[in-house]
Amino acid sequence: MITLDSVSKSYEKGKPAIHNISLHIDKGEFVFVVGDSGSGKSTLIKLLLKELNPSSGTIFVNGKILNKLTRRQISKYRRSLGVVFQDFRLLKDRNVYENVAFSQRVIEKPNWMIKKRVPEVLTLVGLADKYRSNPKELSGGEQQRVALARALVNRPKILLADEPTGNLDPKNSNEIMKMLEEISECGTTVLVVTHNKGIVNVMKKRVIHLRKGVIISDEKEGIYVEN
Amino acid sequence: MFSLASIATMGACIFLFGLFFALNLNFTYIMKNVESNVGITVFFNEGLDQASIDTIGQEIRNRTDIVTKCNYVSADEAWESYIAEYFEGNTQAAEGFKANKDNPLKHSAHYEVYVNEIEKQNELVNYIKGLEGVRNINQSQQASETLSTINRLITTVSMLLIIILLAVSIFLISNTISVGVSVRKEEIGIMKLIGATDTFVRLPFILEGILIGLVGAAIPLTALYFLYNQAIEYILTKFSVLQNFMNGLQPVNHVFQFLLPVGLILGMGIGFVGSFFTIRKHLKV
Repeated sequence: MITLDSVSKSYEKGKPAIHNISLHIDKGEFVFVVGDSGSGKSTLIKLLLKELNPSSGTIFVNGKILNKLTRRQISKYRRSLGVVFQDFRLLKDRNVYENVAFSQRVIEKPNWMIKKRVPEVLTLVGLADKYRSNPKELSGGEQQRVALARALVNRPKILLADEPTGNLDPKNSNEIMKMLEEISECGTTVLVVTHNKGIVNVMKKRVIHLRKGVIISDEKEGIYVEN
Repeated sequence: MFSLASIATMGACIFLFGLFFALNLNFTYIMKNVESNVGITVFFNEGLDQASIDTIGQEIRNRTDIVTKCNYVSADEAWESYIAEYFEGNTQAAEGFKANKDNPLKHSAHYEVYVNEIEKQNELVNYIKGLEGVRNINQSQQASETLSTINRLITTVSMLLIIILLAVSIFLISNTISVGVSVRKEEIGIMKLIGATDTFVRLPFILEGILIGLVGAAIPLTALYFLYNQAIEYILTKFSVLQNFMNGLQPVNHVFQFLLPVGLILGMGIGFVGSFFTIRKHLKV
């Protein structure tokens, strides 16, 4: 599903953010990418989102070589992904329903599909009764659920979550992680970038540990140990 | 706020464009009228036979790229025309002169040649000078040069002003779109990350630019439509001495037959160019 072959990424006048990384993630797999600040976690997400191009190496996702995608193909590729950010990135001038529907409108889905799919996914994340609320009226946990609903509404094959629990209390963090686990069990590949040790260690999933742009460990049912 | 500023500048630009367009159209029309009355007179060598004179006439008429009319005036016709003009209203004296068989203008047979563009008069004069049998050419060089200069001046000044205003309009529309983009930067970023195509993201901004251009063009064009009629009426009433000259002005419908589509297309074009290149610059997510 996702393969990185000797991928490096260097920014101008700096040390490589990612250096010679090779890894493979299967369909439906749940993977944590952990590491300190500056370890290259966010760069990895940006490379997978095709926000950045690798300086060297090749990235394969769903059989496509990301390095070779044209601008038009990038849009199409991104539609197969769902993304969740630490800061939720919700549109503050739209209500919960519109925030989720936005994801479908952008890729020009018909109205009938939007009307059917948005309530379904809001029910899935437990926010069916709050569809009219403004994001500002919601708690952090609820806002992240809206972001999750927005990421899921287009039924992505891969879900990328960049510090999804970074702004949440432990209770909400656990709930979000539980949802991500359920999503993974339904066949979606889930890649979670985090430095939340507690959650990683409880969930017993595959853990890829990055340090200074290099993979220092990759364990099936790993734990996050800071050195 | 920026949209209003853009519409206002666009309005000023299209208003001035329309004003100069109308001025130019009218001036060109007046010029054409004047040009058709400013001719060249071609005289022949003494004793030139009629066949050679006809050949010269044919060679002049062959220059269809410049010549619009070429009339032959014989010596007798020239003498009659002179008498008619000189003794206007005094038929007795005129008859007395006609009785004199000796035509003092017997070497004054000539061609009266009219050109389609006054700027080409000199070119034609040089051409005719080269024809065999031509003795002398009279031309209203000063009139032609003055008219050409005024025409060139109006065209140059109006073109310069229009270019400056177009640049200002594009700059302001570009600014409006830039502000719109920065206000919606987060939304655009999210859109791109969840798979929106460039066209989907650009389209609202391009439409906004075109709409600004359209509104910015429609307002001054409407104003010009009413002002133009009133201006003609005012000129004809207040400056009756110019009435004969002003009869050459174009009616509003004729001016707007060109100005309306050109103005609207120009407005939309400026809006499109301003917004398209601005959004292109900002959309590199």
